[in-house]
Amino acid sequence: MKTKPISKLYRTEQRYAYLFVAAPVIGFFLFALIPLMYSFYGAFTNWNGLGQMKFIGLKNFINVFQDEYFYKAMYNTLFMMIGIPIGIVLALLLALALNRGIFGTNTFRVIYYIPVISSIAAVSILWQWAYNGDYGLVNQFLDLIGIDGPNWLQNANTVKPALIVMAIWKGLGYTMLLYLAALQSVPRSYYEAAKLDGANAWHCFWYITLPMVKPVTFFIIVTNIIGGAQIFTEINVMTPTGGPEYSSASAVFYIWQKSFGNFQLGYASAMALVLGLFIFIITLFQFRMNEKSSFDLD
Amino acid sequence: MQLALTRKKENVETMSVKKKDRITDIFVFIFLTMGAIVMIAPLLWMVSTSLKSKDEVFSLPPVWIPTDISFNKYFEIWNMGPLLSGISNSLIVALSVTIVGTFTSSLAAFAFAKLNFRGKNKIFLLLFASVMIPYPVLMIPQFMMFSEIGWVDTLLPLIVPGLFGNIFMIFFLRQFLNSIPNSIIEAAKIDGCSYFQIFYKIVFPLIKPAVAAQLILWFMAIWNDYLGPILYLNSPEKQTLQLVIANFNASYAIQSDYPLIMAASVVALLPMLIVFMIFQKQIIESIAISGVKG
Repeated sequence: MKTKPISKLYRTEQRYAYLFVAAPVIGFFLFALIPLMYSFYGAFTNWNGLGQMKFIGLKNFINVFQDEYFYKAMYNTLFMMIGIPIGIVLALLLALALNRGIFGTNTFRVIYYIPVISSIAAVSILWQWAYNGDYGLVNQFLDLIGIDGPNWLQNANTVKPALIVMAIWKGLGYTMLLYLAALQSVPRSYYEAAKLDGANAWHCFWYITLPMVKPVTFFIIVTNIIGGAQIFTEINVMTPTGGPEYSSASAVFYIWQKSFGNFQLGYASAMALVLGLFIFIITLFQFRMNEKSSFDLD
Repeated sequence: MQLALTRKKENVETMSVKKKDRITDIFVFIFLTMGAIVMIAPLLWMVSTSLKSKDEVFSLPPVWIPTDISFNKYFEIWNMGPLLSGISNSLIVALSVTIVGTFTSSLAAFAFAKLNFRGKNKIFLLLFASVMIPYPVLMIPQFMMFSEIGWVDTLLPLIVPGLFGNIFMIFFLRQFLNSIPNSIIEAAKIDGCSYFQIFYKIVFPLIKPAVAAQLILWFMAIWNDYLGPILYLNSPEKQTLQLVIANFNASYAIQSDYPLIMAASVVALLPMLIVFMIFQKQIIESIAISGVKG
């Protein structure tokens, strides 16, 4: 730490600085730290929103790990993350295509980005209609190539893939844009040098492009997993009961049902903490993996 | 500039390579066009459905351009649900949060980037740590806190937390401010500007483009938010637009009035689409920066 002479000027500066950062700091205490602590406390009680909060030890957590619905919701949440790698590959392909600077690049960029800015509620409503078994857009299209599509959202086997496809469609533009920016910052000289050494297009991609966009890939994976673990709106709008055989209910959907439907607030807090811890551990693990495999250029 | 440079280089390269590139370009263009059709088709389908009659929706094979284009549903929706109050509620929340929140966030970003005070980095890290806490963990205790003070079924729980600023915005503005030389601020200090004057006379005008982009993104996020409103808002006339259209969907799907539902959804989408079309350059740029810096 730098040692500063405690002058009057510095003290005034410090006073103003504290004033300027006061709002977010107060907000942090009121809406993040205190609720977080409240949540920790609530998870160890039989909190139901009305009566006394009675301390019941680890009972909620024990129940969480014996609750087959919780496992089912967690399984569904993880299953739906299959869309993340698919989306990343597609987005990278699109970004590579757009990076060639061909005719209409800007128009394509805008079109691919429209689903991203569209409200998730409206998009869910639209896709619910598109997945309609008889008259939906998806089955109409499949009909053209001779496939008789199922009633996507009413079938326990197809509801999750249907949600995955929609999530890919919605998120593709964002990931593509991040990759495009990363691709544009790769110095051209790297490719030229590699070409002189006799590298082909595949070599260039595998040994230059992919390592160069790795920080962005890492950022995308981390944020997608954090976001994917909290998937809620699509499920709430498209399958309001959690889908056939509860096969589309996500973890947040189940927490939401337990807390605001059944008022089992203590139990739901315990589940939310388990989910939060799960996200935290996965994120930490990713950071470790990233550190291990990273290298510095120059 | 860069494009011009590449073009020049291409000229130097041999003809056969150039021809091969051309062919690849054509294939890439076809691939991108097909992708673009897939991306835009569901949205066009939504608009097309909203202009159809109730019967034509169920015609097989499907009709893309309705035989009688009817805008009736766009007049009907206003009487079929609290759409207008939904729009005004969404506007109240999004405007009050973004205007006040942007002010508090940029003030804090200025302090974090340009002023000296004890514990600066520690405070910043503390704030940034809140990003790590997923909303589902906070939503139950926050709900109970707001219900204790009687704010449930009002817009306040959606507005008040945002007024205290947004750590993402603070983060990006702080990054942006780091590129502004300290000497400008030192000079202003010597000239006898107060810290507040430095902020609104010198710093704010400099960071305005970055602030605008962040403000738009934040506005869109609030406009499109669903989980927050569904927790707090019960009475139909208190609900935000996203909840109103979700209720349209729940109540009119039984009557299979899809044109009505789709018309309401189009109305919910359109404002952000217009904002995006106007500010697409700034939005796309600031998203791209977020990935590279993040």
